[in-house]
Amino acid sequence: MPKLTIDGREIEVEAGTTIIQAADQLGIEIPRFCYHERLAIAGNCRMCLVEVEKMPKPVASCAQPVGEGMVVKTNTAGVRKARQGVMEFLLLNHPLDCPICDQGGECDLQDQAVAYGSDKGRCQEGKRAVPDKDYGPLVQTMMTRCIQCTRCVRFIAEIAGTPVLGGLGRGEHLEITRYVGAAVSSELSGNLIDLCPVGALTNKPASYTYRSWELKKTESIDAMDALGSSIRLDTRGNEVIRVLPRVNEDVNEEWLSDRSRFAVDGLKRQRLDRPYVRKDGKLVAVTWNEAFAVIAAKVKAAGTKIAVIAGDQADAEAMIAYKDLLASLGSQAIDCRQDGAKLDGSVRASYLFNSTVAGIEQADALLMIGTNPRKESPVLNARIRKRWQKGGFKAARIGHKGDLTFKYEHLGDDASVLKALVDGKHPFFETLKNAAKPALIIGQGALSRPDGAVLLGLARKLADATGMVKDGWNGFNVLHTAAARVGGLDLGFVPGQGWRDVDHIADAAHKGDIAVVFLLGADEVEMKSLGEAFVVYQGSHGDAGAHRADVILPGAAYTEKSATYVNLEGRAQQTRLAVFPPGEAKEDWRIVRALSDVLGKPLPYDSLKAVRERLAKASPVFAAIGQVTTAAWGASFGAEGSAGDGALVTNIDNFYQTDPISRASKTMAECTAAFGGGCNHKHKKTGTNG
Amino acid sequence: MSDMNHEPASFAFTAETLEKAKAFIAKYPAGRQQSAVMPLLDLAQRQEGWVSRAAMEVIAEMLDMAPIRVEEVATFYTMYNRKPVGTFHVQVCTNLPCMLRGSDDVVAAAKEALGVDFGDMTADGKFTLSEVECLGACVNAPMMQINDDYYEDLDAASTKAVLEAFKRGETPKPGPQNGRQFSCPKGGATSLTELTFEGGKA
Amino acid sequence: MLRDSDRIFTNLYGFHDWRLAGARSRGDWDGTKEILAKGRDWIIDEMKNSGLRGRGGAGFPTGVKWSFMPKTEGPRPHYLVINADEGEPGTCKDREMMRFDPHKLIEGALIASFAIGAHAAYIYIRGEFVREAEHLNIAIDEARAAGLLGPNACGSGWDCEVYVHRGAGAYICGEESALIESLEGKKGQPRLKPPFPAGVGLYGCPTTVNNVESIAVAPTILRRGAAWFSGLGKANNTGTKVFCISGHVNNPCNVEEEMGIPLKELIEKHAGGVRGGWDNLLAIIPGGSSVPMLTKSQCEEVTMDFDALRAMRSGLGTAAVMVMDKSTDLVRAIHRLSRFYWHESCGQCTPCREGTGWMSRMMGRMVTGDAELSEIDLLEEISRQIEGHTICALGDAAAWPIQGLIRAFRPEMERRITERQAKTRAA
Repeated sequence: MPKLTIDGREIEVEAGTTIIQAADQLGIEIPRFCYHERLAIAGNCRMCLVEVEKMPKPVASCAQPVGEGMVVKTNTAGVRKARQGVMEFLLLNHPLDCPICDQGGECDLQDQAVAYGSDKGRCQEGKRAVPDKDYGPLVQTMMTRCIQCTRCVRFIAEIAGTPVLGGLGRGEHLEITRYVGAAVSSELSGNLIDLCPVGALTNKPASYTYRSWELKKTESIDAMDALGSSIRLDTRGNEVIRVLPRVNEDVNEEWLSDRSRFAVDGLKRQRLDRPYVRKDGKLVAVTWNEAFAVIAAKVKAAGTKIAVIAGDQADAEAMIAYKDLLASLGSQAIDCRQDGAKLDGSVRASYLFNSTVAGIEQADALLMIGTNPRKESPVLNARIRKRWQKGGFKAARIGHKGDLTFKYEHLGDDASVLKALVDGKHPFFETLKNAAKPALIIGQGALSRPDGAVLLGLARKLADATGMVKDGWNGFNVLHTAAARVGGLDLGFVPGQGWRDVDHIADAAHKGDIAVVFLLGADEVEMKSLGEAFVVYQGSHGDAGAHRADVILPGAAYTEKSATYVNLEGRAQQTRLAVFPPGEAKEDWRIVRALSDVLGKPLPYDSLKAVRERLAKASPVFAAIGQVTTAAWGASFGAEGSAGDGALVTNIDNFYQTDPISRASKTMAECTAAFGGGCNHKHKKTGTNG
Repeated sequence: MSDMNHEPASFAFTAETLEKAKAFIAKYPAGRQQSAVMPLLDLAQRQEGWVSRAAMEVIAEMLDMAPIRVEEVATFYTMYNRKPVGTFHVQVCTNLPCMLRGSDDVVAAAKEALGVDFGDMTADGKFTLSEVECLGACVNAPMMQINDDYYEDLDAASTKAVLEAFKRGETPKPGPQNGRQFSCPKGGATSLTELTFEGGKA
Repeated sequence: MLRDSDRIFTNLYGFHDWRLAGARSRGDWDGTKEILAKGRDWIIDEMKNSGLRGRGGAGFPTGVKWSFMPKTEGPRPHYLVINADEGEPGTCKDREMMRFDPHKLIEGALIASFAIGAHAAYIYIRGEFVREAEHLNIAIDEARAAGLLGPNACGSGWDCEVYVHRGAGAYICGEESALIESLEGKKGQPRLKPPFPAGVGLYGCPTTVNNVESIAVAPTILRRGAAWFSGLGKANNTGTKVFCISGHVNNPCNVEEEMGIPLKELIEKHAGGVRGGWDNLLAIIPGGSSVPMLTKSQCEEVTMDFDALRAMRSGLGTAAVMVMDKSTDLVRAIHRLSRFYWHESCGQCTPCREGTGWMSRMMGRMVTGDAELSEIDLLEEISRQIEGHTICALGDAAAWPIQGLIRAFRPEMERRITERQAKTRAA
C-alpha cells in the first residue's frame, strides 16, 4: 500500500489508486470533466492537472497512479495557471448561454469557470457552431455546448453496451454524434444526461420547464420496476419535474432506467382525483362518504364473498391493511400475483433474487430462463454486463435470442432444454457444476405460465444439482418485474384456505361465488373474467381497472406517499412523499383504514407508525429497512410434472409501457413510437437514401 | 456530417476484393480482426472510389465492430474520401518545405490546368484537386500525389505538363520531373560514389 | 567527411537493385543466423554499446528500449512495431530506406523481434507511401521464400513474421501510442502514459516501437560491431544519420553523414550550399517542423547532434534540415506549420484541440500584421498554455515553432503590425 502526500497531508492507499482517487479520499477537491469513477479513464479534459515532485510537467491526476513517497500539490500557482489555461480553452468555443441552458445551476463547467475562468475572453476569432443531433425523445442535444469529454461515448459503449455514439472527425472538428442508422434507444439513455458535465445533453421532456435551484428535492425509492432504485424526486409546487438516480452501490449504483426516469409525466395524466360511483352505467363523481356507503352496502350483502387483488405498484402498508380487513370479514381470497405467477409465499428463497443484485457480480456462470433482464430490469442487466466485461463469466439463456448487451450462449427456447440440463444431459450443466459461483435467473415469463410451478421446480432441482446454493452463496434468482410483488409475498398477500390464485378468484367471480372484488391498483387482470362481480378499484390512474369499476377510490402514486416496497432481492425500502396526491386522492392504507370504519371492522392501527409495526409483525423483513433480509434455502418448492411446449419468453412486451403510470405517459408513448418495445439499438439498414 | 444524397443503398466487395480482405484479416491475431478496418476501408475505396456508409456497414459486420467505430476511423484519417472523387485525385502539398520551393506556383498551375479549386471535382469527373499536408518527399519539393504516385521536383510548367498528360489519357513517369535521380543531389552524388556492388545498377 | 565504406544505406539513391539479390550483394542478410545465435543479451548489449539513439526524433537509446521488454515471454505475446509513419514536415528519409533498402529493414525487424522476444513485427507505414509499401511487401515475400523470415527464420529456430500495415493520413499516428491505437483499428488518438508500450502496448501486450532507421541500421551495427558505430560521430551522439536537406539550398537531397557534422558543412558539402550563398541565409529549422528554428548566427557553428542542438534550445528531431534564405516570409512559414498542427491535432485533449486552431488563426493575422502588438505576448502565452499540458507531444510541437519565431524574430512581427496600423490610420 503506497503512501503519498497530497497538499502536505499523508495518505496510504491501495496500489493502483490514481492521484484523483486518493485526493477524493482526503476530501481534497480536484476539478474534473472527463473523469468519472465508473467509466474508463480518458484523461482528455486536462482540468485535473496537478504538480508532482520530480515530474517535469503537470500530470493528469485522473490517470496517474500513485507511487510510494509521491508528493502531490494540487493548489500551487502553477496548477492554478494550468487549469486557468484549460478553462480558457474549454470556454473558447462554448456558447456561454448559461441563462437559457437547462444545465445552469448544476453545471460542472459553470461551477469551475467561477473558480478558474476569466471575466473576459481574449480570443478574437469566431466561435465554432456544431449542429444538434437527434437522439430521440429523451435526450435533448445542444452540441455547441459539448466539451468533447466523451463521457457519453464511454457510458453508452461500456455501461449500456449499446455503442451507437462516437466522435467523428478530428481536431477542432471532432463532433460527438450517434451513428446515423442507429437509435439512442438504450433503456439507460437518460443516464447520459446525468453524466454530461455541461448542457450538451439535457432532459428533453423537461426542456425549459425548470431551473434546478427552484426544485425541491426528495430522496425516495423507485417503484417502476422490482429493482427499487434509489431516486431523487425533483418537484416544484405539486408537480414532479424530474427523477434522478441516487447513488446506492448495492442496488442501482448511480444509474436509472429510462422508464423510471421519464414516465413521470404519466403522474399528471389520467389521474383519479376523486371518488366515483357507477350510476346507470356511468361513473359519477361522489363524496368519499357516498362511495364508502355504496361499498358498505355491497360488502354487507356479499358476506364473505369478497376478494382483493393487489397490483404491481401496491405498497406493503395498503396490502397489509386489506389483508387484515378481509380476514376480519372472513375472506382469504387475496392475491398479489395478478399475472398468475406460480410463486407462493411459503419458501422465501423460492421467490427472491437470492444472490443479491450486487452479488451477481460474483457469479461465474449464469443461466437465464424465460427472462429478458434488459427489458425487465435494465439496471440489473447492466450489472450482469459489468460482470461479463470482467471476464471469466459464462452465460447462457433459454428463451429468445435477442441482444442483452453481453455475450451468452443460446441453449434453445423451450422447457425441454431446461429438462435436459436438470438431467445433466446438456453440456452447460457441467459449466454450471464446475463454476465456483453458478447462478440462474428465472423470469416471470416462465413463472406465470400454466406450468410455471413445474419450471420453478426444475430450476430448483438444477440449482441443487449444480451446487448453486452453498456456504455464503445462493445463486438461485427470481427476476421480478413488479415493485409490489416481493413485499406482497413477504406479508402473505396470497390466497388462504380454499383459494388458489387470481384465475380461481376470477372464476368464482364469474360464477357469483365472489360478489365484490377490490382491485388495489390491479390493472393487468383480465377484467372480463370478473363477470358480474361488483368491482371497487382503488388506485391512481384511469386505466383498465377504473374502466371496469363500479366504485373508484382515488389512491396515491409512489411519489405521493410514504410507503414500503421490498425489492426483488428482499430489501425493504421506503418511498417518501414528494408531492401530495391530487384532488381528494389519499394514501392507500388510509383509504382502507377509513373503509374499515364504515364496514364496522375498524383496523387496529391508525398511524403510519402503527401500520408499520403491524407489518413488522407479519414479517421481520419490514423491520429491517434498507437491508436485504436473506432467506434460508429450506424445503423444496415448485411442482413435479412435465413442462409444456412453447418458448419461455419475457413477460414484458413493451419496456416503455408496463403499468398505469407509464401507459399514461406521453413520453413513454413517444419512445414506443420511436424505439418500438425497447432493446433495439442495432442499427437499421440505411435504405435508399439513408 | 456528410451530405446523404450521394450515399448508395448497398455495397458489396467483389469476389476478388473479398479475397484480399480475408488476406488482410489473416495478418492479425485471432480476435483482433478490428485491426483490418483500415485496409478494408482502403479496399472499399479502391473498389468504389470513396467510402460510403453502406461500405462501412459491410465492414463493420465483417469485423464484428459497431458501425460508429468504423465511421470514427473513416472520418479520422484524411485518405478516406467520404464523398466521390475524380478518377485522378490530385493532391498538392503546400506544407513548408514545398512552400519554400514554390508550391504556390504548383497550386496555381494545377488550378489553372484543371479549372477547379481545392476540394472540387472537374465537371467530367476525371480530376479532384486537394490541398494536402506534408507527404514526406521534402527534398524533392514541391510535389503532388496523383492516385498512388508522387510527382516531384515540380514547377508550374512541369505541373501543367503532368496534368495535361493525364488529361490525354497518358500516365507520365512518376518521381522527379527535373531529371534527377530520386533524392540524390541534382548536380550529382556527393557520397556513395566509391562503392561498387555485384548487384549492379537497378 | 564520412567515408563511403562507413555508410550503411548504400542504396539510398536507388542506383542499385533493391530486391533480395541486390541487397545481398550489398551485404544484407549476411551472417544473420550467426548474429541471432549470439543470443538476446549479446544483441541488446551490443546495441547499447553502439550508442545508437532512436532515429525517430526523441533520441532514446535503442538498446536500452529493447531491454525494457520482459525477459521471458509470458501469456501475452511480445510485438515489435516499426514506425514508418514518416510525416514530420521536412522528413523523407525512411521512405528512401524502405523503397531502396527494404531488406535492411526486414533483416533488422527479424533481429529486433528476436532480441525482444517477438514473433510478429508490424511495419506501420504512412498510407500515402503506396509504392514503398509495395516494395516492403515484395521484400518480405522474397525473404520468406528464401527462408530468411517466417518459421525458423534464417535457420535460427526463431519464428518471425513481418507484416505491413498502411496508415491512412494522420500525422499523429507517428506518435507511438496513437500508432498502436491505429494498428488496433481505432482512431489514432494517443494513449495516456503510464502504462508504456513495453508493459501494455499492441493488443495490451509488451511492445517495442522503433523508427525505421533505428531498426534498419541494427544489422550493420551488429555485423560491424558496436565499436565501429560508436567510433563514428561524437560521444553520446554516435554513428551515422541520414539527413534530409530541403528548402533554399541549391541541391536539396538526402545524405548519410556522421552524427555531429557541422550544419554548415552538411549544407555546403552535400546540398550545394544555401541559395545565393551562406550570407543569404535567414534561418534554419534543423530537425523537422517540431523543433524551434535557428538564426543564421546559431547556424554558423552548430553541429548536427542531439546534445548540441538541445543546447541551442532546438533539437535534432528527425534531422530534417529546412533551410530558409532571406527571401523567406518567416511569419508565413511558421503560420504554415501552425496550420499543419491545427489540421493534424487529433482532437482528444482540450489544449491541443482548442489551442492549435486559435494559434493558427492568430498566426494568420500576424502574417498580414492584422493584429495588436499585445497579441504577440498573448500568442506566446497561449503556446505556453498548450505546452506541457497535453496527452502527447503534438501540443508541444505546435507551440515550439511559434515560440522560436517570437524569440528570434519578434521585431519582424512588430514591424508588420505597426506598419499595418500606420496604413490603416492613414486610410
